[in-house]
Amino acid sequence: MEYKPIKKVISGNYAAAYAALHARVQVVAAYPITPQTSIIEKIAEFIANGEADIQYIPVESEHSAMAACIGASATGARVFTATSAQGLALMHEMLHWASNARLPIVMVDVNRAMAPPWSVWDDQTDSLSQRDTGWMQFYAENNQEVYDGVLMAFRVAETVNLPAMVIESAFILSHTYDIVEMIPQELVDEFLPPRKPLYTLTDFDNPIAVGGLATPADYYEFRYKIAMAMEKAKEVIKEVGREFGERFGRDYSQMIETAYIDDADFVFMGMGSLMGTVKEAVDILRREGYKVGYAKVRWFRPFPREELIEIAERVKGIAVLDRNFSFGQEGILFNEAKGVLYNTGLRPIMKNYIVGLGGRDFTVKDAKVIADDMRKLIERGKLDKEVEWYHLKR
Amino acid sequence: MEVPENVKKKVTIPFEEHFFAGHTACQGCGASLALRYVLKAYGKKTIIAIPACCSTIIAGPWPYSTLNVPLFHTAFETTGAVISGIEAGLKALGYKVKGDDGIMVVGWAGDGGTADIGLQALSGMLERGHDAVYIMYDNEAYMNTGIQRSSSTPYGAWTTNTPGGKRHFLEKKHKKKVIDIVIAHRIPYAATASIAYPEDLIRKLKKAQKIPGPSFIQLFAPCPTGWRAPTDKTIELARLAVQTAYFPLFEYENGKYKINMPNPKKEPKPIEEFLKLQGRFKYMTKEDVEILQKWVLDEWERLKKLAEVFG
Repeated sequence: MEYKPIKKVISGNYAAAYAALHARVQVVAAYPITPQTSIIEKIAEFIANGEADIQYIPVESEHSAMAACIGASATGARVFTATSAQGLALMHEMLHWASNARLPIVMVDVNRAMAPPWSVWDDQTDSLSQRDTGWMQFYAENNQEVYDGVLMAFRVAETVNLPAMVIESAFILSHTYDIVEMIPQELVDEFLPPRKPLYTLTDFDNPIAVGGLATPADYYEFRYKIAMAMEKAKEVIKEVGREFGERFGRDYSQMIETAYIDDADFVFMGMGSLMGTVKEAVDILRREGYKVGYAKVRWFRPFPREELIEIAERVKGIAVLDRNFSFGQEGILFNEAKGVLYNTGLRPIMKNYIVGLGGRDFTVKDAKVIADDMRKLIERGKLDKEVEWYHLKR
Repeated sequence: MEVPENVKKKVTIPFEEHFFAGHTACQGCGASLALRYVLKAYGKKTIIAIPACCSTIIAGPWPYSTLNVPLFHTAFETTGAVISGIEAGLKALGYKVKGDDGIMVVGWAGDGGTADIGLQALSGMLERGHDAVYIMYDNEAYMNTGIQRSSSTPYGAWTTNTPGGKRHFLEKKHKKKVIDIVIAHRIPYAATASIAYPEDLIRKLKKAQKIPGPSFIQLFAPCPTGWRAPTDKTIELARLAVQTAYFPLFEYENGKYKINMPNPKKEPKPIEEFLKLQGRFKYMTKEDVEILQKWVLDEWERLKKLAEVFG
């Protein structure tokens, strides 16, 4: 069958819901939270209209949402959920349970700031706080990447038997409409065949016990296997991303998407919808003579160490834009990127710009101010300070 | 396993075993006996979810399991939610769930994991009407962490965080009536049961299997370690709990209450008979005993009235 995309103008949340539908998810357990709600409402609509045959569990909390997803996934079913901010934080304990039990659940997290004060707007702290739970993390730049990300996440998750999160920005993507090219069902089916579970709870002649006590003699090796699965995931991600490109014309073989790297003095590095603005800014800055590029980190877990090193070999500076902050330290992406480079001896000028927390707008103009700052630092050859709270009202 | 001819005629309890020897329960453990009965009743087409509790340990460490059925160990507060997910997953994959020949999805949690931290997930599972059986085995404290009080611990009991002592810092709250909270969900079937009355227990488990929708059984299971009781008194204690009406046996089925006491016409024995065999009650004063006795009889009267009006 020849690939002819189905173009629709939809929100990021609807892109997530359509992707779940096209992935033929079998169980959805979810609790409503702004700005995630329209994902699960849309899935309910699919069921109501007879477009999908899904076991839908309207649970009483996000903690139970993930617990129910885990139970369902352990039977062998393909399972999906979605949440945001406080909901994701409430799930935290069960996120460990999902990855440690090697269950390939896929979840969309709509990046939203953590309270107090209450905020429903964009901020990456919710998902980045889940960094060490053993979930893979894909940050979508736009609605198209939300759709594509969910489909790829299932392929990768079910190959390495680890869960995956696809992350989109509150309102900037979740509630903003854009053209999304969707893939006809038959072609999705070819790309994403039915799940082949690592184990199921339904073999009554050879019953298994999952998640029981492991003594110090064995626990360590369980961790090592998860570490190895994450390493393997890097290869799987690149391969699946390449295949996605060959089949559907959008190549995701790079875990860090780059442009203008070869002759750039410095690059912007960041994740998520922020990078849409950055791309626009880079085009403008290039016309104005700035030797600037960008490095959009698509997969934060597993972390693309090798690709980052290749970038660092080529540039004099990296401006890391973090829409998040780890109190007592620095931006989380900045922290990770610096850590990767330590033993390579590579020392580009790296500065951390904290931007857009709690939904504050980040514009092309802001990118330009940062570019001027970076230019100055590179000329001078040393940093003024490591972390800049860019928007701070003084 | 072949059932000997002479045994076949007498026993109403299934002969087959799915809970094997070699488990790691304490001597005289009521919970392990209770689990053995549950698996006898439901057989090998059972999926059981066990949260943090004694049974996590009893089932044995990786790579072993003393249960001959698929087992999913889960987080403390999630029994209700996990069995909801297992049921939904099975249905999504086209399996028949519950009923005579369906897969039995069983949640098996202690009183702490049910009455306290797991109450919300239990409520969600009951309210949504999943085809699963939730069994709360009630040993009246957090036994696995070293005998701390739960909301199912009775008035006057010593535990390690209600230690009695000079200031008389004993448990001062009456046992939470979890079964009443469950019944408030108006599910099709809920019952209390005891390991001292295995035929009654098996009958109730089978009934819970047949009735579509969620079922709940509160299963009384003494703990010699936590109750500071001799290990050969487990069954006797379970029996006395019923005979004193401290833990009356009854069923709630589609709005109707039915008391199933072994000797329906007998007046309850004095509560002292239950208390005196256990070290956990030794700090109680005479007044404490009176307070507990009054509560037991008041609750018993209340239950009898319910059975009279909604029988």
